[in-house]
Amino acid sequence: MSRLKHSLASVAVPLVQALVVLLFLSWLAAGKAQAAIEMHQFNNPVLQTRYDSLTAALRCPKCQNQAIGDSDSPIAGDMRQNVADLLNDGRSDSEIQNFMVDRFGEYVLYNPRLDGRTWLLWGGPAVLILLGLGGVALIVRARRRASVRALDPDEQARVSALLKAHGRPRNGKESS
Amino acid sequence: MSMPRLVLFVPLLIVVGLGAFLYQRLDDDPYARDSALLSRDFPTFTLSTLEDPDARVSESLLKGQVSLVNVWGEWCPTCKHEMPQLLDLADRGVRMIGVDYKDTRDKGRTFLEEFGDPFEINIFDPEGTLGFDLGVYGAPETFLVDAQGVIRYHHTGYIRPEDVREIILPTLERITAPAAGGSDGGSNGSSGSGSDGEEETT
Repeated sequence: MSRLKHSLASVAVPLVQALVVLLFLSWLAAGKAQAAIEMHQFNNPVLQTRYDSLTAALRCPKCQNQAIGDSDSPIAGDMRQNVADLLNDGRSDSEIQNFMVDRFGEYVLYNPRLDGRTWLLWGGPAVLILLGLGGVALIVRARRRASVRALDPDEQARVSALLKAHGRPRNGKESS
Repeated sequence: MSMPRLVLFVPLLIVVGLGAFLYQRLDDDPYARDSALLSRDFPTFTLSTLEDPDARVSESLLKGQVSLVNVWGEWCPTCKHEMPQLLDLADRGVRMIGVDYKDTRDKGRTFLEEFGDPFEINIFDPEGTLGFDLGVYGAPETFLVDAQGVIRYHHTGYIRPEDVREIILPTLERITAPAAGGSDGGSNGSSGSGSDGEEETT
């Protein structure tokens, strides 16, 4: 038993050590990756906020799925620089977005605009919800109608016959 | 009673249909997308050339004849593999304009000495400003510009040898044809447009 414990420890201790080293290295690497992304610093807090939100909402055209504020690819750096320059020029957010779309296409917008090609994207969820609500409404109405329908003469006759054969119903009272 | 039962299959049909639609798009090239520059004028610029630091060229360079504009850089390994295709196009008489993108003059010149120079002229774009206005997000990228200076085709990435036959040459033919029949922008008005003028500069 103690031998088992001993051999477990001899495996576990180097394993933990390796994990710690790995964690440390990955932390170093993460720090380095962060350092490679050069974010513009504004003195004006409003511009800084707009810069941060714009660089988070523009997609890097070279990368699979990264915002330009999140990518160290050269083109993302160029785009960040252009966003900063345009902000300092006093351009509006939508002007800056148009500037990027003019060059790199709608692809760079993480929130695609509503137009001929994207109406299905924007309208689809609403249409699906409406369809679902309509379906539920139809089912509820069908059930309600079925439950309140009066008995026709044949059914009435059968009910009477059954009642006569088995005696009066118990009026829902269990005990009497 | 049978109609409502059939209705129960509608979600299944929708799921299968959606699955088929998405599956078919699975093979799409994630980097392929419509260029924002198509049917637009070549962006304005004023830059020097790789050959001459004192020269100034502008977008007027692209007017008067159909041109192929290739964005390259010494730092771009794919550009080396693409060079044989570009040399082939130059041999066929296509007017080739290079854009040396985010490069240094020395490295750019060495590159052309080593791998060949199919270009009539090389626009030198060290900061990548022209590249940015062209929506270039890597190299190589290639544009076909008609005689009016309008971008008609944008190829992102490597031009394979088969792309020359299947895409570049047919597109060049298509955008050359109407210009040859109609207006002739004051240049040499002889028969085979595109094939002449190749001897001008080498």
